[in-house]
Amino acid sequence: MAKRWLLPVLLVAGFLLSFAIPILNLVNPYYQLILMYIGINIILSTSLNLVNGYMGEFSVGHAGFMAVGAYIAALLTTQLIPDNLLGWMFPLTVLVAGAGTALVGLVVAIPSFKTRGDYLAIVTIAFLFIVKSVFENIEAIGGPRGIPGIPKLTTLPWTYIWTVLTVWVIRNFVYSNFGRGVLSIREDEIASDLMSVNTRQVKLLAFVISAFFAGVAGALFAHVLQFISPRVFDIIKSTDILIMVYLGGIGSIAGSILGATIFTVLLEVLRPLQEWRMVLMPLVLVFLMIYRPTGIMGLREFRWFIPGRDLFARQRWQQKKEASNAAAS
Amino acid sequence: MTYILQQSLNALQLGSIYALIALGYTMVYGILTMINFAHGDLFMVGAFFCFIAATYFKFPFVPTLLFSMLGVGLLGVAIERVAYKPLRQAPRVSAIITALGVGIFLESLMLVIYPYPLHVPTLLPIVTWTIGGVTISSLQIIIIVLSVGLMLLLDYIVRRTMVGMAMRAISWDKAIVPLMGVPVNLVISFTFFIGTSLGAAAGTMYSQAFPVIDPYMGILIGWKAFISAVVGGIGNIRGAMIGGFILGAVEIMVAAFLPSTYRDFIAFSLLLVLLFFRPYGILGKPRPQKV
Repeated sequence: MAKRWLLPVLLVAGFLLSFAIPILNLVNPYYQLILMYIGINIILSTSLNLVNGYMGEFSVGHAGFMAVGAYIAALLTTQLIPDNLLGWMFPLTVLVAGAGTALVGLVVAIPSFKTRGDYLAIVTIAFLFIVKSVFENIEAIGGPRGIPGIPKLTTLPWTYIWTVLTVWVIRNFVYSNFGRGVLSIREDEIASDLMSVNTRQVKLLAFVISAFFAGVAGALFAHVLQFISPRVFDIIKSTDILIMVYLGGIGSIAGSILGATIFTVLLEVLRPLQEWRMVLMPLVLVFLMIYRPTGIMGLREFRWFIPGRDLFARQRWQQKKEASNAAAS
Repeated sequence: MTYILQQSLNALQLGSIYALIALGYTMVYGILTMINFAHGDLFMVGAFFCFIAATYFKFPFVPTLLFSMLGVGLLGVAIERVAYKPLRQAPRVSAIITALGVGIFLESLMLVIYPYPLHVPTLLPIVTWTIGGVTISSLQIIIIVLSVGLMLLLDYIVRRTMVGMAMRAISWDKAIVPLMGVPVNLVISFTFFIGTSLGAAAGTMYSQAFPVIDPYMGILIGWKAFISAVVGGIGNIRGAMIGGFILGAVEIMVAAFLPSTYRDFIAFSLLLVLLFFRPYGILGKPRPQKV
C-alpha cells in the first residue's frame, strides 16, 4: 500500500525546492534551465497523451498549438503589458495564452467528429502548416523573423506550478466520467456511442483541454527561450513531443512524465557526442519500439496517479479474483 | 493565357514528383496499413545517391537514376526487415513511431556525412524551346515523361502480373493469403523495393530540377506527398497519382497568382475543405466500421 500522505508532502517539498534552487543557487544555471525544459516538456507530453494515448487519435499538430500559445503570450508581454507589471501579470498572461489556444483547438476538434485515424492525422498536420504559414505572413508580428526580446519571465516555481497543475487536471479528467468516455472512444467509438457516451462532447473537451495546456507550455517556452519565430514550431518539434509520449508509453501519465524527463535529459547527456547525438537518439527509439512496443509504462500507471477511489475498487476486484481462483482450485 | 500554360507545365513537373513519392506511401499503406514516415527521407537519400553517383563515379543520367533507385530500394527493403517486420503484430502507433525514428536517423546520418548543402552536377544537356510564348525545357519533358512512364509501369505491375496480384491479395486479406501459398514476406519486401525506388527516382529528378540538396529536404516534401496520397485516398494507387498532380497544380497556381508565401496556407486550407466534403479522399472508399 502506497503511503498516500507522502504525495502531498513531496509536492510541497518540490514547491519549496523550486523556490530554493534559484534563490540559494543550489545548482548551476544550466541545470536550472534543463529543469525548466523538463517541466515544459512534461506539460506538452501529458497534454498530447490525452489525445494520442487516452483517446487513441494520432495528432501531429501539437507544436501548432504551442506556437499559438507562445505568440499570444509573447505579444502580450512585449506589446501590451507595461514593464513594471510584467512579473505580476505573467500568470494571467499564461492563462490567456492557454485560453486562446483552447479556442483554436476547436478548429481541430470539429473535423474530428467526422474523420478518424490517418485522416485526422492529416487534419492536424495541415493545421500545423497553416498556423506556421499564417504567422509567417503577418508582418505586424514579425513575419518570418519572429518576435525577439521577450522578457525572461518563466521561473522555476512557475514551471513547477504549471506542471503540477497540468498533471493534476489531466489526471482528474481521465478518471472522471468524461475520461471514461475518452477511453471508450479509444476502444471502440461506435460501441461507446451506442452506450450513450456523448462522443462529440467528449472529443471536444479532450481536444480543448489538450490545446489549452499546449498553449500554456508554449507561453512558458517563449519566456524561457526569449525569442520565437515560426520556424521554432515546425514539424520536428511535433515529432519530438510525439517521441516523448510514445517513449513513456501511451495512456499513462507517469509514462508521459518519464518520457519527457528521459528525452530531455538524454538529449543533454548526449551533447558531447555533438552531431552523432541525433543519430543515436532515433536508434534508441527504434530499438525501444521493437523490444517494448508499448513504451516504458504502456497503459500502466504509478499508484500515486490513481485516485484513491479507483485504487480501492481495483484492490477489491483483485481480492475477489483471487478468492474465486482459490475456490476453483 | 501563355502564362497559365507555362504554369500548368510547371504544375505537371512538380505534380509528377509529388505523385511518385505519394505512390511509395500509398503502396506501403495498402499492403501493411502502416504509414511509412521515413519515406520522405528515403526520397532525400535518393537525391544524395544521385549526387554520389554523379560526382564520384561520373555516371551519366540513366545509370545514375538506376544506381539511385537500386540503392534506395535495397535500403528500403533493409529498413523493412530490421525495423518494421518485428512490429507487424504490435500496435499500429509503434510502427508509426519507429518510422519517424528511422526518418530522423537517416536525416541525422546524412547530416553527419554531408554537413553542408551540396550542389548536384547537371547530368543532362538542357535545351529550351519556345512554342507560342511558352518556354519548355528538355528537363521538364524528361521529368514528366519519365514519371508518367514509371507510373504506367507500376500500374501494369500491380494490375497485370502475379506479384501485383499477390500485393492486392495481401492488402485485401492478410490472414487467408499466406494459407494460399503466397510468400507474404517476399511480396512485402518487393512492395517496399518498388515504393522506395520510385521515391529515389523522384529524388534524382528533383535534384536535377532544383540542384541544391540538404539532409532536411525530405521532410516538407515527404509530408506534402503524404498529403497527396491522402487526398487521392490512401491505399489507392491511382488516387495517389491524381492527388500528387492536384497538389502540384494547387501549389503552382497559388504561387503564380498570389505572393508565394501564401502557398502553404492556401494548399493546406484547400486540403481541409476537401477532407471535409470527402473524408476518405477522392478515390478512397470508407471502410464500414463494425462493433
